[in-house]
Amino acid sequence: MSAVIEGHQDDHHHGPAKGITRWLYTTNHKDIGSLYLWFSFIMLFIGGAMAMVIRAELFEPGSQIVSPEFYNQMVTNHGLIMVFGVIMPAFVGLANWLIPMQIGAPDMALPRLNNLSFWILPAAFGVLLATFFMEGGAPNFGWTFYAPLSTEYAPPTVTYFIFAVHIMGASSIMGSINVITTILNMRAPGMTLMKMPLFVWSWLITAYLLIAVMPVLAGAVTMMLMDIHFGTSFFKAGGGGDPVLFQHIFWFFGHPEVYIMILPAFGIVSHIIETFSRKPIFGYDSMVYAIASIALLSFVVWAHHMFTVGMPIAGELFFMYSTMLIAIPTGVKVFNWLSTMFKGSLTFETPMLFAIAFVALFTIGGLSGLMLAIAPADFQYHDTYFVVAHFHYVLVPGALFSIIAAVYYWLPKWTGYMYDEFMGKTHFWLSFVSVNLTFFPMHFVGLAGMPRRIPDYAMQFADYNMIVSVGAFLFGLSQLLFLYVVLKAIFYGKKATGQVWEGAQGLEWTLDSPPAYHTFETPPNLEAGEAKG
Amino acid sequence: MSSIKKSVSKLFLATVGMFLFGFALVPIYDVFCEITGLNGKVTGPTFSEYEDIGNREIKITFTTTNNNGMPWFFDSDRSQMKVKTGEQNLMSYVFTNTTDKPMIAQAIPSVSPGKGAQYFHKTECFCFEQQYLEPGESISIPLKFVIDPDLPADISSLALGYTLFDITKDQMTKQASN
Amino acid sequence: MYLKKLILCLTALFLAPLSFSAWDDINMTPGVNAIAQEIFGLHMTIFWICVVIGALVLGFMVFLIIKYRKKEGVEPADFDDNPKLELTWTILFAVILVGMAIPATTTMIKAYDDEEGDINILITGHQWKWQYEYMEDEVSFFSNLLTSLDARNNIAPKTENYLLEVDEPLVIPVNKRVRFLITANDVIHSWWVPDFAVKQDAIPGFINTAWTYVDEPGVYRGQCTELCGVYHGYMPIVVKAVSDSEYKDFIQGKRDLKAQQALLTEKLWETDELFAIGEEVYLKNCVACHQVNGTGIPPVFPALAGSEIVMNDKGRQVEILMEGVQGAAMQSYAEQLTEVEIAAVITYTRKAWGNDAGGDGEIVVPKEILDYKNNKL
Repeated sequence: MSAVIEGHQDDHHHGPAKGITRWLYTTNHKDIGSLYLWFSFIMLFIGGAMAMVIRAELFEPGSQIVSPEFYNQMVTNHGLIMVFGVIMPAFVGLANWLIPMQIGAPDMALPRLNNLSFWILPAAFGVLLATFFMEGGAPNFGWTFYAPLSTEYAPPTVTYFIFAVHIMGASSIMGSINVITTILNMRAPGMTLMKMPLFVWSWLITAYLLIAVMPVLAGAVTMMLMDIHFGTSFFKAGGGGDPVLFQHIFWFFGHPEVYIMILPAFGIVSHIIETFSRKPIFGYDSMVYAIASIALLSFVVWAHHMFTVGMPIAGELFFMYSTMLIAIPTGVKVFNWLSTMFKGSLTFETPMLFAIAFVALFTIGGLSGLMLAIAPADFQYHDTYFVVAHFHYVLVPGALFSIIAAVYYWLPKWTGYMYDEFMGKTHFWLSFVSVNLTFFPMHFVGLAGMPRRIPDYAMQFADYNMIVSVGAFLFGLSQLLFLYVVLKAIFYGKKATGQVWEGAQGLEWTLDSPPAYHTFETPPNLEAGEAKG
Repeated sequence: MSSIKKSVSKLFLATVGMFLFGFALVPIYDVFCEITGLNGKVTGPTFSEYEDIGNREIKITFTTTNNNGMPWFFDSDRSQMKVKTGEQNLMSYVFTNTTDKPMIAQAIPSVSPGKGAQYFHKTECFCFEQQYLEPGESISIPLKFVIDPDLPADISSLALGYTLFDITKDQMTKQASN
Repeated sequence: MYLKKLILCLTALFLAPLSFSAWDDINMTPGVNAIAQEIFGLHMTIFWICVVIGALVLGFMVFLIIKYRKKEGVEPADFDDNPKLELTWTILFAVILVGMAIPATTTMIKAYDDEEGDINILITGHQWKWQYEYMEDEVSFFSNLLTSLDARNNIAPKTENYLLEVDEPLVIPVNKRVRFLITANDVIHSWWVPDFAVKQDAIPGFINTAWTYVDEPGVYRGQCTELCGVYHGYMPIVVKAVSDSEYKDFIQGKRDLKAQQALLTEKLWETDELFAIGEEVYLKNCVACHQVNGTGIPPVFPALAGSEIVMNDKGRQVEILMEGVQGAAMQSYAEQLTEVEIAAVITYTRKAWGNDAGGDGEIVVPKEILDYKNNKL
């Protein structure tokens, strides 16, 4: 506890600068964390607006509001923005805010790099969004950009798209280097690796994943660039290349990427569940091992996205078995969360509601993932709405809910003000109902045979698509309420205490709410054996 | 601070290493395909002669496809053929440049089922060779092949597909950049 | 009480779709051949396993939520692990997975069958239509979407098979082993017929195989399942399984047609006749880009109405249709359309939308197209 006071006494540093330069030049982890979070919030509404266009177009059979060409641009950019512009930056923002406070460090290890890795991100998305106004239109080949649709048959703007992906990759890699360096070198004395809070653990592993696969993605888009402009034939069958090679390289990146978007969520949910169960997390060690084994397995499962490209049977079976294995550590995590709640003293504030919904709906998404892993059945599921339902279940009520939960949970800490609990709960129930209304019927239309990425569909899918669209509009509107709740907390919220939540454990709760601009300049000493968070 | 520097330089090296690994996947993939027959990728001509001829009869289907924007006439002698394992066979393909410009093309072979690819030995072929034809010019190229007697018993027919690609533009780009 | 009501509401929400329409409309098709039925059985097995696991997990969660709500005077427990229990459930998961992997593996082996086919059909994916070539009979044709633009634009009513109907279905005989050789001509497509449980990517430069054996005559529908560009949603697959004799008639008919077309090119053609055929061809093949009234969508798809080439440069127009335009969306129609159809559609564009008055108004007869082809050879 003494650490807090020492932090304040240090008169060497000053508070934040005033005006816009504070944000442009900031090297403060809290400022950069806020920048990332606000950026991803804005992108959520842009990507969400694109989803609304998609759902409006699919409201009824027949052409509705946009052309098939524009529809494809919407599908592509919705995916790219949600993955690279919302989920990933939001997690990086949380990492920036929380990792130094949770490990008792004064800031990130590389503050200037931190500033750079944030500020190139808006540039990357600026480039991507600018393609909408260029000749040929925005990228229209899906967020998975399979060659040759994305090379020989792509609109000319593909070059800008490649450039944008390069910048996003550079940003993520710099962010990851920063996270790993911070965690490995700047933990408070006494905080051994196996005493680190789970959020820190999940991010450490995520950052290694990012460093392993983002460069591979960069390699893939570089090869595309060379195929398009310099006459090489990496992915052109005509010159002796192979379009399927693109898919292998892409999914070698893509599958770990999927876990990059869910592992930090595991950390967040673990913290929230233990806080509102007023009971330590169950099976801390197995949680860490589960995250690590999911990360390792993610490198040997990639071709389960490609069961229909014509692999030999040995390949199909290998990727089927390895994918099924992932269910084990994932199941362990779910059971550990339930065991944490078991015999606890549960209360249901907004963060807990979102965390519980996360566990429940992530389980549904995980089970449909298990079904998709079964290769012969995947011949029927592949590229239908069943897949769309699956990955939205793990990404929306999965990753996104965990981020929303994290915001509710730590917002009082960050801002010093409580959010409106009633409005928060309203936001939760609206989101919970509408998210299921949106994504649950997608399972049915998928099984019934509706392919994904089509701008119009056969008559038998009409009923469910209408339900899905209504759900989607409702979900989209509900998120405006989220914005309102956050703004209301910041401007009119009640003062929050340092502890905020009765059951909260961990170093960040020993600080004031809001914490001073610079915290833990003298590291707290945990040698006495203060427990893990 | 030096421990931070160490971490950063290690991680930076790892990043560069993974970027290069992305490119290394290209040759790794080719080797992998050759071993497993993934994708029915086939190599260039190989020389094989077998003592035991004619144990089994295999039906071979020959397909020819013109890739988009490839106006040439391109076809095989016959579309199907029954051959004996271990026996030398001859097939021929006709290429005609039907345009009024000189063009360069390349025919890419593919064998299906993929695991049969490594038993389909071409002793003479035009795989991965570029064909340059003047306007109106026509040539006929032979394909000599042997089916390996070790072909797995559950394969009783094979398909050899050739797809003809127009690579005139790529060749121009390459020359220009050299 | 409030919680129980809520649970009730949510259950209703999840079950609502079940009462909404028949079970068949929301589940995978059981299929029409042995392998499809086997895959369907596998799907139902893993589906029920997942439903049971899901129900247990969610049910336990609801129990925890109700039972362990914070109460006055009740202290939370403080245990934080139980290695034996953790090991038990890890093993339990592994056992369940093995139980799923075994039937999956057997089905997989059955699906991968490289036996020779009685009939071999080369399927080529094009942007945005399928081409079928019967290898034994050397018959080949294209299969285009039949649904009219008016229906798609909500002007005409939508029929039962909206977006799932084609001008020429693939015809296969029942009780024969049909082997599909699948490839593509431009980008990656994927040929999917749910009733056969066949979904195979069509990749340019590569040949994939799939096979089917249909017992029941009938019409089976599917769609392209790999994003392949603008009209990805508009390239359905229709397969007609018919008796052996009907199949023979079909092949004979196709051969006769081929011979007939050779004859047609020698006949004397009337402008009106060509115009009528041309209009039909235009509406089927050209409207997507050049639009009904010939205005196109500049700058990507140029207008034909008022075009200098269409009005006054017959030779160049023939060349464009035969060779395509390099670097543009316009492809060669030399293989896809017959000589008559090409001549007719050129005639149509030269006569329609006032091009007749603005230009030389010359027509093109099938012979000219044949000559063009022959001169090239």
